Amino acid sequence: MAEVLEKKKEKKEALFSKKNRLLISDPLNDSNPITVQVLGICSALAITVKLYPALVMSISVLFVLGAGNVIISLMRNIIPNRIRIIVQLVVVAALVILVDQVLKAFAYDVSKELSVFVGLIITNCIIMGRFEAFALANGPWKSFLDGLGNAFGYAWILLAVAFFRELLGSGTLFGYPVFEKLGVYNTGYVNNGFMLLPPMALITVGIIIWVQRSRNTKLIEEN
Amino acid sequence: MKIFKNLLESVKPHFEEGGKLEKLYPVYDGMATFLFVPGHTTHSGAHIRDGIDLKRTMITVVFALIPALLFGMWNVGYQHFLALGMNETVTFLDQILFGATKVVPMVVVSYAVGLGIEFGFCIIKKHSIEEGFLVSGMLIPLIMPVGIPLWMLALSTAFAVIIGKEVFGGTGMNILNPALTARAFAFFAYPAYMSGDKVWTDTSLEAGQTLVDGYSGATALGDLAVKGTTHLSPMEMFIGNIPGSIGETSVVAILIGAALLLFTGIGSWRIMLSGLLGAITMGLIFNAVAPYAISPEQQAFMAVPFWEQLLLGGFAFGLVFMATDPVSAAQTTRGKWIYGFLVGLLCIMIRVFNPAYPEGVMMAILFMNVMAPLVDHYVIEANIKKRKKRIQVKTA
Repeated sequence: MAEVLEKKKEKKEALFSKKNRLLISDPLNDSNPITVQVLGICSALAITVKLYPALVMSISVLFVLGAGNVIISLMRNIIPNRIRIIVQLVVVAALVILVDQVLKAFAYDVSKELSVFVGLIITNCIIMGRFEAFALANGPWKSFLDGLGNAFGYAWILLAVAFFRELLGSGTLFGYPVFEKLGVYNTGYVNNGFMLLPPMALITVGIIIWVQRSRNTKLIEEN
Repeated sequence: MKIFKNLLESVKPHFEEGGKLEKLYPVYDGMATFLFVPGHTTHSGAHIRDGIDLKRTMITVVFALIPALLFGMWNVGYQHFLALGMNETVTFLDQILFGATKVVPMVVVSYAVGLGIEFGFCIIKKHSIEEGFLVSGMLIPLIMPVGIPLWMLALSTAFAVIIGKEVFGGTGMNILNPALTARAFAFFAYPAYMSGDKVWTDTSLEAGQTLVDGYSGATALGDLAVKGTTHLSPMEMFIGNIPGSIGETSVVAILIGAALLLFTGIGSWRIMLSGLLGAITMGLIFNAVAPYAISPEQQAFMAVPFWEQLLLGGFAFGLVFMATDPVSAAQTTRGKWIYGFLVGLLCIMIRVFNPAYPEGVMMAILFMNVMAPLVDHYVIEANIKKRKKRIQVKTA
């Protein structure tokens, strides 16, 4: 009897209860996959030279992570524990190939620019990490929200880094020549070539972490 | 001096606890100890205090830099009038005054930006001002080409102080040499202003002036990297009346500074000597293998006599003033030998093998800065192992 009651309670939980909302908002700040968990750094360094590829990459990860989390969550009770990594890999790989084909068909230029990095979404630690840590133990709706939250957390860092790198490195935003239109170059300003190199992406991520930690003091470890 | 003392005493209450400007105490403290020996004494335990504190150390290095700075000023003017073909008509004073109008603003900007940021951090973090920037602020303009716009200099300085130093915890905690961090930043951010053959000489023309026909502003290193030969003689490189970054052209002026550093014991002679040995070793190796080089330009560069490599580019300046930075260099005695040797070795290797980075000494020192803790670690481990063996032998 008690069991049934509990089940009912669970079902009654609103779609956007406080707990569920936390699944989306938490990865944006307190447990951000890039700045706090330090996952997915490779792609954050590699494809943040321009905003557009970063946006496409974010959407791709959003799709793969959202869909993947739901699929894994639905299969969580039938996946044999010993081969779960392989199953997860197959799911990601299938989704990534799907994304890759869509990009090749509809956004060929970006697909060429992102080149190998679309394929490398498979190895993005955030995705396997969420499968392992969340989707295997939670229902599809929650997993979906968790996937969205983490993808958004990944996306905003990616876009923030790309924003500064494109603006300061090339003087453009989404290819639009902002600085030229504003007449900034007439004052003697020159684009910063260092911004286009990967080390500067790392430093930009570092600065974001710095700002985040100084605003959100509970992230600071005691020692 | 009395005036300063009275002035400091009279404003002191404002900066102490409860005063109006309490928050700015680090600024007051910095100024007061800059002018006078600090009045506070050690509180507990027995300590031996030396009169030479961080400020005295730093100011000695700044003194050691003055010959290079003055020579650089003159050389900026000399190169300028050389490009215009006017050196016969202008006087020594004209040359040095022209140089001063270019170099002094750079020094001022470098100090203003760097010290401004340091003061800001000290006020936020509420600790006293460290003097590390006294040297960096002088080094930064000396390793920049004269043609660099002042805002780039300011940005590079800000980058070096914030990312190179403050994020690691300020003076004494930095992994990389701040001055070289500034140069590396400028080098990668604005390559057009940091390399090539246009930036090393101020060729701004006034009405009625023209450049000499066939004028080349290329540095000796730039020439060698591109063509394998240079029109500059070793004697010119030694004296330093050649194009280059402001302070690094004159080996003579640098040697005077080096003598002061060695005499006062502030610069490590081990690092300087081993760096020299490293460069000579690599130079000799290149001399020996030159016939097997892949391209004629590289062959010519490799065949440059090893002693001439020592005069080229910023090697002397880097080895004397940057590699010996007590913070970012290796700390152990044996570590210093290894560190210095590899700085010299890598410097020559980078400049010969990679024409894109003719100024190999910057890369070599930054690289070895990163490796210095590793070097120290293994030196200490080896020492521990050796001593352990000694114990075991005794007990056995």
